[in-house]
Amino acid sequence: MSSFHWDWAFAWSIVPALLTGAKITVFATLLGSLLSFVLGLIWTLLRLKRITAITPAVEVFVSFVRGTPLLVQLYFVFYVFPKWGLSMPALVTGIVGLGIYYSATASEIYRAGIEEVAAGQWEAALVLGLPIRRVWLGIVLPQAIKTVLPVLGNQVVAMFKETSLLSTITVIELLAEATSIGSIEFRYVEPLTMAGFFYFIISYTAARGIRRLETEHHVVHG
Amino acid sequence: MSFMADPASAEPAATGRPALVSMRGISKSYGERKILDGISLDVALGEKVALIGPSGSGKTTILRLAIGLVKPDEGTIRIDGDYLWHEAGPDGLRPAGERHARKVRRSVGIVFQHFNLFPHMTALQNVREPLVHVLGLSRAESDAHAIDLLSQVGLRDHMDKRPAQLSGGQQQRVAIARSLALRPKVMLFDEVTSALDPELVGEVLRVVRDLAHASDMSMLIVTHEISFAGDIADRVLMFDAGKIVEEGPPGRVLKDPENPRTRRFLQAILER
Repeated sequence: MSSFHWDWAFAWSIVPALLTGAKITVFATLLGSLLSFVLGLIWTLLRLKRITAITPAVEVFVSFVRGTPLLVQLYFVFYVFPKWGLSMPALVTGIVGLGIYYSATASEIYRAGIEEVAAGQWEAALVLGLPIRRVWLGIVLPQAIKTVLPVLGNQVVAMFKETSLLSTITVIELLAEATSIGSIEFRYVEPLTMAGFFYFIISYTAARGIRRLETEHHVVHG
Repeated sequence: MSFMADPASAEPAATGRPALVSMRGISKSYGERKILDGISLDVALGEKVALIGPSGSGKTTILRLAIGLVKPDEGTIRIDGDYLWHEAGPDGLRPAGERHARKVRRSVGIVFQHFNLFPHMTALQNVREPLVHVLGLSRAESDAHAIDLLSQVGLRDHMDKRPAQLSGGQQQRVAIARSLALRPKVMLFDEVTSALDPELVGEVLRVVRDLAHASDMSMLIVTHEISFAGDIADRVLMFDAGKIVEEGPPGRVLKDPENPRTRRFLQAILER
């Protein structure tokens, strides 16, 4: 086994390249999250609406997406979609894949948030004769959002780490940048360690931020 | 007797005043459990009726039926003359849905055991909610009206607090103010002090009592506070196992009950 040696000069020299990769990682996370939030909301509404044929189809789709690995889904979008005439750049493919995968979780999160609003709230709104639009927008969603936001925040952090899978479909994000440096320089210790460190710093900071938001909410609303 | 099941009859209450709430032959089961078994009752305009009886005897279900939160398996319910779950057509009654029930229950208000205030809104916003979104009043009008209502229950100074910042008794008073906002003709009180700390019961009972004495609303009051029931009720109904087993003026039913079941129940309550 060759002797272990950490080269600080080399480690510093690759920071700019890793930062470029980190930017792609953050970009994919933010757009993927946004897509998952929107799609998740659509799934939730379709599930709540109870439309014949559509609602069961959405149910099946959501449990299918939740029940298969993200990597398989990414490969599918990357290799199979083009065969059906739907070619997208690798990064777009990755964002779409992440967005779809996490939209299923987001839908579950929304549903749990809505179900957590006490039955008494629905009854109070009903006996007051509030219009159904107002019940949703004024009573149920504002309460659901408080429980939903921190969980969605945690989902963003989870997705941030999972973006490393995009390296397998040729997106040059943080991990791909690190392994490519490694393969060119024949040194993996510094790039991979630094990449791990980048992941940690970003996700740790984000998680702390979410926790702070959560406690602030508790202080305000008792 | 008004509680004898007779679905066809639409007799007004014994008082001769028109019935605001009129139930005929009501039965309701949850699964195997029969909660109400062929109940008929009338509440006259301005009449205050107290419902007493052991837990699970069907009192709360009567209130939930009267405001349309629960649909009866059998029987008819009328509020101020209108059928809650039926529409009168040329050839008799035909079933009507939620949309129709919505209109009819507009004249009924309810105060729940657990207040059910909207936790993300202040006291004022809670009371304002139906004024703005049901009556369509302007912000200024609804604020003025909501402040009046909160003053009426002694909470003007607390109107900008959220439920979590209020005591249970104060929350329940906000709930009462909110349910009064739509000027209901019938008010339902569902064990409104059961969830309160003992020292907070008095302030809520006082508000209900004042309301009962000052207004011509009809009231159905489910309560375990027997002296309170005796004080405000014109009539007391004793429920047991889904039936009304005794009814009459509080002076008789509460002081000198005929039915042994009522006697045992009152004794148990007094020995608490």
